[in-house]
Amino acid sequence: MSLISTLIGTLLFALIAPAVGCLLAGLDRIVSARMQGRVGPPLLQPYYDVRKLFEKERASVNSVERVYVATALLFALLAGGIFFSGGNLLLCVFVITLSSLFFIMAAYSTRSPYAEVGAARETLQVMAYEPMVLLLAVGFYLAAGTFDVGDVLALDAPVITTIWLVFLGLLFILTIKLRKSPFDLSMSHHAHQEIVRGMTTEMSGPTLGLVEIMHWCENVLFLGWIGMFFVWGNPLSIILAVAVVLAVYFLEIWIDNNFARVKWQLMLKSAWAVALAAGGVNIAFLAFL
Amino acid sequence: MELSFGLLGFLIVFPLIVAALLLVVRQEAPRRIIVIAAAIVIAVASIALVLGNLGASTTLFALQSEAIDFVCTGISVAIAAVIIGFAVRYKNLWAGLLAAVQIVGTLVLEFVFAHEIEVPYGLYFDSLSLLMTFIIGVVGSGICVYALGYMEDFQAHEPEGAADRRPLFFALMFVFLSAMYVIVFSNNMEWMFTGWEVTTVCSFLLIGYTRTDEAIANAFRQIIMNLAGGIGFLAALYSCALTVGTFSFFEFLAIGVNSPAVVTLAVTALAFAGITKAAQMPFQTWLLGAMVAPTPTSALLHSSTMVKAGVFMLVKLAPVLSVAPAPAIMVMLVGGVTFALCSFMAISQSNAKRVLAYSTIANLGLITMCAGVGSPEAVWAACFLILFHAIAKSLLFLCVGTAEHHIGSRDIEDMDLLFDRMPRLARFMMLGIMAMFIAPFGMLMAKWATLVSFVDARQVALILILAFGSAATFMFWAKWLGKLAGIAGSPENVEGTVKPTEWAALLLMACLLVLACVFLPVISAAVVEPYIFTTYGALGQDISGDNLWLASLCTVVVVAVLFAGVNGRQKSRRVNVYLAGISRDNDSRSFQNALSGTAEASVRNWYMEAIFGESRIAPVGVVFNSLIMVVAFVVAFVVTPIVF
Repeated sequence: MSLISTLIGTLLFALIAPAVGCLLAGLDRIVSARMQGRVGPPLLQPYYDVRKLFEKERASVNSVERVYVATALLFALLAGGIFFSGGNLLLCVFVITLSSLFFIMAAYSTRSPYAEVGAARETLQVMAYEPMVLLLAVGFYLAAGTFDVGDVLALDAPVITTIWLVFLGLLFILTIKLRKSPFDLSMSHHAHQEIVRGMTTEMSGPTLGLVEIMHWCENVLFLGWIGMFFVWGNPLSIILAVAVVLAVYFLEIWIDNNFARVKWQLMLKSAWAVALAAGGVNIAFLAFL
Repeated sequence: MELSFGLLGFLIVFPLIVAALLLVVRQEAPRRIIVIAAAIVIAVASIALVLGNLGASTTLFALQSEAIDFVCTGISVAIAAVIIGFAVRYKNLWAGLLAAVQIVGTLVLEFVFAHEIEVPYGLYFDSLSLLMTFIIGVVGSGICVYALGYMEDFQAHEPEGAADRRPLFFALMFVFLSAMYVIVFSNNMEWMFTGWEVTTVCSFLLIGYTRTDEAIANAFRQIIMNLAGGIGFLAALYSCALTVGTFSFFEFLAIGVNSPAVVTLAVTALAFAGITKAAQMPFQTWLLGAMVAPTPTSALLHSSTMVKAGVFMLVKLAPVLSVAPAPAIMVMLVGGVTFALCSFMAISQSNAKRVLAYSTIANLGLITMCAGVGSPEAVWAACFLILFHAIAKSLLFLCVGTAEHHIGSRDIEDMDLLFDRMPRLARFMMLGIMAMFIAPFGMLMAKWATLVSFVDARQVALILILAFGSAATFMFWAKWLGKLAGIAGSPENVEGTVKPTEWAALLLMACLLVLACVFLPVISAAVVEPYIFTTYGALGQDISGDNLWLASLCTVVVVAVLFAGVNGRQKSRRVNVYLAGISRDNDSRSFQNALSGTAEASVRNWYMEAIFGESRIAPVGVVFNSLIMVVAFVVAFVVTPIVF
């Protein structure tokens, strides 16, 4: 994929992903509410919330937090652009990690003890899911013969047929990446299981709005990773992929609403065990047979 | 070619002259002039050699001289004699014993086996040597300049009346550079061995610089391990003399690629020497102990010399390792286990220099793994790992050294608010840290290539090791970075007293780092790919040009954010940090508690001792790697035919 197509892809992703992510977030809130026996807010409630955030006064504890958050958002958009323009999956993984790092730095920069606890936990979360993410890329390469996501459109069969174990591993760590309970250690949207507000404790107004938008874009990207498993040469496969993505998203909401936050030890150990078992076995199988 | 040959000789001899001069100069002012001038001359000569030979294939120079052979033997014997002297003085049996073995071994080799073996082409260079030349000449001499200011502060911190050994210190630094040039330019393996031993003894003397009990103990640990490695090198020379019949490194490698069985023992022994020098487990303790030395020593050992000689040897052996399974498996597993376990152990460390040391060992492990895999792609990655690690690690050591002198601690927990107290230094340190572990910087691009080369070689164990080790790498760097990123307001700026020579060296490393990352594709085409092509006859490079340039673009953005983006004046209303009470002071995070008293919030980073503690992890690596090496040597003895 050439530089130009990646940049165009990033631009398009920056326009489309927030809209899609916003709708997904609205859906999340409605489905969650129904699971809890409530009616829930309108579908566009996340949009109203963020619009309100941007209308608020700009107040912050220092001058750099916002710069770091904006950089994190920029790299999240680039990662999405790389992925959806059919670029290199590993590069996409590395760029989204860079985005996470800037978000972690934003939290650390405030020196709020609560934000620092959140940032330390987020660092731990990255360490927990990173092996599986790398193994995902390796598995994809072994199955598709390329790191370029765009090449799935030329395959005779979707990669899920050969790397379904990797897919299960990805499902496990997806909960961490989406910051859903039980793995929402760094910042939770469930008020009952959070120390103040984790990483975003000191973020307010437009800065918090940027964080929300980044979260939407990340969700779209990660769900894109899920969809990638089900796309092949047949154009209709896109519909299948979208259906699977929606099902997985529903599953994540269900998990989110049914499990209480776990301790970090359990998260780290289980995520690494899953990476070793699912990723390791699948890759060994592909490499040797 | 005449010019290049001249430059080769100049780069080996000139630092020695400078060293001799520095040994007799005892005043600060003339020393400063000599060191700065010499550093510039060496750097310019190195760059001239590199630029004059871009894209060069292996170039051999006819040079054969009985006299040089005898000088080399003499130096080896003298080194061993010096070590025996120290061993007697400090009553260290093992060091004395190993040095004695080395004296006998060297003399027997020279006068019984080697006198009939002729190496018509004594010196050579290829693109890998040129890459090393750049690292030694620019990064190495940059560290020498930094040492001027640092050692002035260091001497001021010493107790009253302490001996001023700075002349010896600076002389040793330059001898070190010369010895490194000998290693990377010698085609005659006996000469290379002499350079190898000189680096060993130089680091022995540098580590023991302060002559405290701890320094002496760590210096001896270093010398014992590296003498063992030196004996490995010597064993390889014996094996060469007996089975291969040449001391020409170039021919040795060529023979090895065609008939690996003949050279298996020699390659195993050389790889063992490389592993000891590169401080791979079970030898990691010597590099950890080396941090008792003044910081420029650590910077030199970790970045441009010593350990890089070890991995240079392994990377040179890579083509043979790709066809000789026994040493290859040894090198891969030793490197892999070292990479993963040392990355884990780095998480549990709060001493900044110790974190850097573990990270060095881990990255050397990564390079070692690449050498063991031995494919063109893996060697491409290894070359870039060597380059970026040298620059980034020297930047980090220099930063930590300067910070230590100004905040009085090398503990990461004490680096709270460094962003306010030493704003420029903190940014350099953050740049160095990011360059070590995160895309789009070169180190991670090289790691990316490493991963792909492992997948192509179907090395599943190594892939897993890389995946888990890299995750741990993220953890220990990110939490350090977070500590530096904290901003509170207006603590006192303590940066004013940093010496100009220190700033100059820091700025040099930072600029080199950014330029090398941005122009990675160019360096690849001009230096690294020619080496791959001349060695393997084929190009091997896993990352497409577009992706490399995309990474360059990202590098520019990150650097801009780090050095310009975070400098802006705050436009928004400034508020206090939320502390579950009324804030009283943001710097110390104190607040009014429920009893109207003042409470202080304190936060420490995570070290997870129970999971990643040294006492839990280190023994596993030591035992496993020792076993692997024993097995590899047994196999090598069986495989290699002995010809008398």
